[in-house]
Amino acid sequence: MALSGIFLMVFLVQHLAINLTSLIPDNGYTFNKISHFMGYNPVVQFILQPILMLGVCFHFTMGIFLEYQNRRARKSKYVFHKTRSSWISKNMILSGLVVLAFLALHFYDFWVPEMDYKYVSKLIPAEDRYYHELQEKFHNSTRTVIYCISFVLLGLHLNHGLASSFQSVGVTTSSQKKLKLIANIYSISIAIGFTVVAVFHYFSH
Amino acid sequence: MELKLKIWRQKNSGEKGAIIDYNVKKIDPDMSFLEMLDVLNQDLIKSGEEPVAFDHDCREGICGMCSLVINGSPHGPDKGTTTCQLHMRRFKSGDTIYIEPFRGTAFPVIKDLVVDRSAFDRIQQSGGYVSVNTSGNTVDANATPIPKPDADEAFKAAACIGCGACVASCKNSSAMLFVGAKVSQYSRLPQGKVEARERVLNMVKQMDKEGFGNCTNTGACEAHCPKGISLDNILNLNREYIKAKIRK
Repeated sequence: MALSGIFLMVFLVQHLAINLTSLIPDNGYTFNKISHFMGYNPVVQFILQPILMLGVCFHFTMGIFLEYQNRRARKSKYVFHKTRSSWISKNMILSGLVVLAFLALHFYDFWVPEMDYKYVSKLIPAEDRYYHELQEKFHNSTRTVIYCISFVLLGLHLNHGLASSFQSVGVTTSSQKKLKLIANIYSISIAIGFTVVAVFHYFSH
Repeated sequence: MELKLKIWRQKNSGEKGAIIDYNVKKIDPDMSFLEMLDVLNQDLIKSGEEPVAFDHDCREGICGMCSLVINGSPHGPDKGTTTCQLHMRRFKSGDTIYIEPFRGTAFPVIKDLVVDRSAFDRIQQSGGYVSVNTSGNTVDANATPIPKPDADEAFKAAACIGCGACVASCKNSSAMLFVGAKVSQYSRLPQGKVEARERVLNMVKQMDKEGFGNCTNTGACEAHCPKGISLDNILNLNREYIKAKIRK
């Protein structure tokens, strides 16, 4: 669970870095170049992408299984229970399920059309289409709002997830406070980064 | 002081329990929480009712026998204290107090507020010890030099009284803080390193067998622990477990 979480957190940094190139004022040239490379490079497509899919599937399957085990560990609930721990640390399954639902929407929006373009319709590779497709998607205000809400929950999920995963694999820092600071910086950067990209393209269309 | 008590009553582990309301009067603010329950039980006995069963022993925060979830918090609202160290001056006259047993599938209710915490004993028996040669050539523990930081960390871990508040506070009923403390207590000392691998594997195996939940690092256990056992012990447990698994 922790290892797949760390793997997905590294992937998110790479995803955000590519998305941020769409903010460069070069009419999408850099973003298109990188997206085309990622979309047609056989190593990315046939090795890294399946590994990523497996990582995602493993992470949420384990999350649901652990939640099931944890609920079984307390069959009789408290009438009145008050714990001194954060809301997000107690509700990782909730934020995780929202992120999973968002992932389904995200796949429907971008991955499914991409697979259709390349492998079903077998259209000619066009290097300049990605930036345009991105802007088209974020023209829709409902979609942009759903994405932004999901990014907030993703940020909260990562905030606890980062510190928790390092704790679970036994990796230590000099203090718990330092680990929490790293988790705060990482999760806020990811949430704000993705939100800025979505909002930018909503307004710039 | 006069108090309204909402206490979990359960005849035995096989029957369903429920919250029953009681009123107690003439409670001195300087009484301990357990003395307040003694007053209630005295009243119940006088009126021919069954007294409330609850665990207690030393009543000075050492033995780890007292339990109780008071107003939703294991060992009550104060940090770093056990139930027996909680005093009634912490409450106001007229307050309503919820009193429940520690809950967890691995801690079945025996009666009312008494739970069976023998799962902890079985975990401890599975590896929470150091084998010592007692055939006449026992080495004096003080003859083995131990770095001060290691000795301090081992001592802090050894402060765990095994009360089970970590399990009671955790949303997953995880016993990782208890097991982490017991593993760390020995793994940080040279005497404990000999059996370190078997110890951590056996104790974790027994913990899982008992039906405790998984640790999701919410930190509730550390926050509610009456002895302030640190989450670092869970980190150390994970590290020892991974090391042991790799060497297997």
